[in-house]
Amino acid sequence: MSVPWLDWLPLLGEGTLITIKIALLSIAVALCLSALAGLGSTSPIIIIRIASRTYIELFRACSLLVLLFWVYFALPFVGVELSKLWAGVLAIGLNIGAYGAEIVRSAIFAVPKGQYEASLALNLTPTERTWKIIIPQAVARMIPPMSNLLIELLKSTSLVYFITLSDLTYEAMIIRNNYYSYTPYIFALLLGIYFVLSSSISITMRILERKFTAWR
Amino acid sequence: MSEPTAETKSVMTLPREEVVSPLTGEPIVQYQGVTKTFGDLEVIKGIDLALYPGEKMALIGPSGSGKTTLGRMLMTLEEPTTGTILIDGEPLWQMKTSSGKLVRANEKHLRRMRQKIGMVFQHFNLFPHLSVLRNVTLAPMSVLGLSKEEAYQRAVEMLTKVGLQDKLGEYPSRLSGGQKQRVAIARALVMQPKVMVFDEVTSALDPELVGEVLEVIKEIAIDSDMAMMLITHEMDFARDIADRVIFGAEGRIVEQGSPEAIFEQPESERLQSFLKRFR
Amino acid sequence: MWNWSYAAEILPTLLNALLVTIGATLAGFVLASILGILIALGRRSRFAVLRLGLQGIVNFIRSTPLLVQLFFLYYSLPMILPISLSAFTTGVIGLGLHYATYLSEVYRSGIDAVPKGQWEAATALDLSPVRTWFSIILPQAVPPIIPIMGNYLIVILKETPTLSAITLVELLLTAKNTASVSYRVFEPYTITGILFLVISLLLSFGMARLEKRLNRRHTA
Repeated sequence: MSVPWLDWLPLLGEGTLITIKIALLSIAVALCLSALAGLGSTSPIIIIRIASRTYIELFRACSLLVLLFWVYFALPFVGVELSKLWAGVLAIGLNIGAYGAEIVRSAIFAVPKGQYEASLALNLTPTERTWKIIIPQAVARMIPPMSNLLIELLKSTSLVYFITLSDLTYEAMIIRNNYYSYTPYIFALLLGIYFVLSSSISITMRILERKFTAWR
Repeated sequence: MSEPTAETKSVMTLPREEVVSPLTGEPIVQYQGVTKTFGDLEVIKGIDLALYPGEKMALIGPSGSGKTTLGRMLMTLEEPTTGTILIDGEPLWQMKTSSGKLVRANEKHLRRMRQKIGMVFQHFNLFPHLSVLRNVTLAPMSVLGLSKEEAYQRAVEMLTKVGLQDKLGEYPSRLSGGQKQRVAIARALVMQPKVMVFDEVTSALDPELVGEVLEVIKEIAIDSDMAMMLITHEMDFARDIADRVIFGAEGRIVEQGSPEAIFEQPESERLQSFLKRFR
Repeated sequence: MWNWSYAAEILPTLLNALLVTIGATLAGFVLASILGILIALGRRSRFAVLRLGLQGIVNFIRSTPLLVQLFFLYYSLPMILPISLSAFTTGVIGLGLHYATYLSEVYRSGIDAVPKGQWEAATALDLSPVRTWFSIILPQAVPPIIPIMGNYLIVILKETPTLSAITLVELLLTAKNTASVSYRVFEPYTITGILFLVISLLLSFGMARLEKRLNRRHTA
């Protein structure tokens, strides 16, 4: 029997686009939160530090799927109603952002103390010390762990299937309803598409790393 | 190892102000009763010391004597526990409020004072993500407000002085230790400080690279009127270029004098046994 | 908005379901730990085919979602092979396989940290490879990585709700079922969230203490 790959293409294509859209939006949210909470946890102001730590600890301890359910199903009961897309983006962004903040924080702490001292000895302002000396070196250290984290993010977008957002996984399940006997092929193809998407993340990050670490 | 007893203390502090700097005028740096404690450890136990404009002063002594801490306090990397450091007669770590009260210095005051001080570090601390040229032009442009062209001109001049005019575009990772340290010297010089702290600048170098760095410092010492505080383990170097040598141990100044006096006729037993290790 | 008596009413049901969640977590973790060590050993094999094959498999599993892997195992495997697995078993296998790939990296870092001299000493004593691994290398490689493995225990716990997709009635699915009966969703989902939060915070607190104790022992 020949497998009707071509019949599946339209749905899978749409699903892939939705998955990419969720992933990109979640990456934007997660990176913003990572930067804010990561820098915040190195702040000299204690309230900012406590707020950042609380966010990081709380959302790392949270189960993403439970968070997603809570945001999508429970929040409307207290008057906050989000679309499926934004519920997914918010839950994923909040969760991955907490892990990203830890990466940012440890990359900043990994910059040798001498770099700070030299920039102080040259009389750079505190802002210049942070943004011209510490952050550029920290960013280079962040890229490899961030690459892994973004792959985790991509994988976690499949959870929006649970709130019936028509992403890649959801579309594959729809196809499966109509082509039940081809189930193994459908899932194999689905795994393959996710693998390609993950690989493009890691390739992009490797190129970025090379760019940011030309000085090494 | 053991705490100095009352007797040794009096011996150790004996020749303190006996030798005045060969240079005269108002001191540019004054340490007045400065102490520094890290946790339970008192590394500086009361230092009074003056550095005069243009003076080349060498600080020698066993590791743990507190020489580096002395330099770091001047560079505002460490805050004295007690005592005062004056630069051009003005307190470094305190500032006057409008009502004339002395309070702890804020960042603005420190930045103004820091302008007069430069430092070269043991581990170079070059910015690895910036080219040699950018390492040297960064501070002149953003701190002194020089234009790109002016900064470039000055940087090239300094890099030529240290013999690295052909490495402008390189990243520090491509340089040898000696070259890195010479870039670090150019980077500090370009800010034209009145006082430069050289903190064991050859200690992290392979032996065969020490010479080129000392040679550069020697040249600078000869043709600049900048005051220098040379924290060093290189005795021949200290003898060659210093106007005055300070020997410290366990957070105190034990003996000071001209290079000839210190190296030819050491008085204290501590200094005699210390110098023996370098013969 | 928040109904305490309703919350109290559904709590026993949810706590019961928590047992399934914990069971799947522990079983998944044990399986991942065992498979992880096998992968780590295999990746040091002399046979390039085994090494590269395992590397490819690890990379593939880590690059694709657990949810889809669970679907594959639960819905396709019975069509390919003459076996039929319960949701619980499938879930445990899925979790175990997925996190074995992560734990194999953890083991690898632990093994790499054992000083080379230990291997040389074992060779000098003429120990067999099996003996070397199980008496010399692993006893030194594993204790330092226990805290990291503990973190993966927490990660696996937080992933168990995904198993509801293959009809395993664990905590989240129970909450969903409860909500669909009463049309009150706020309490069941909030309680579920808090239960996960509390358990993982407690576990990570315990791990931090364990790590401190281990560090003290190693530096002593």
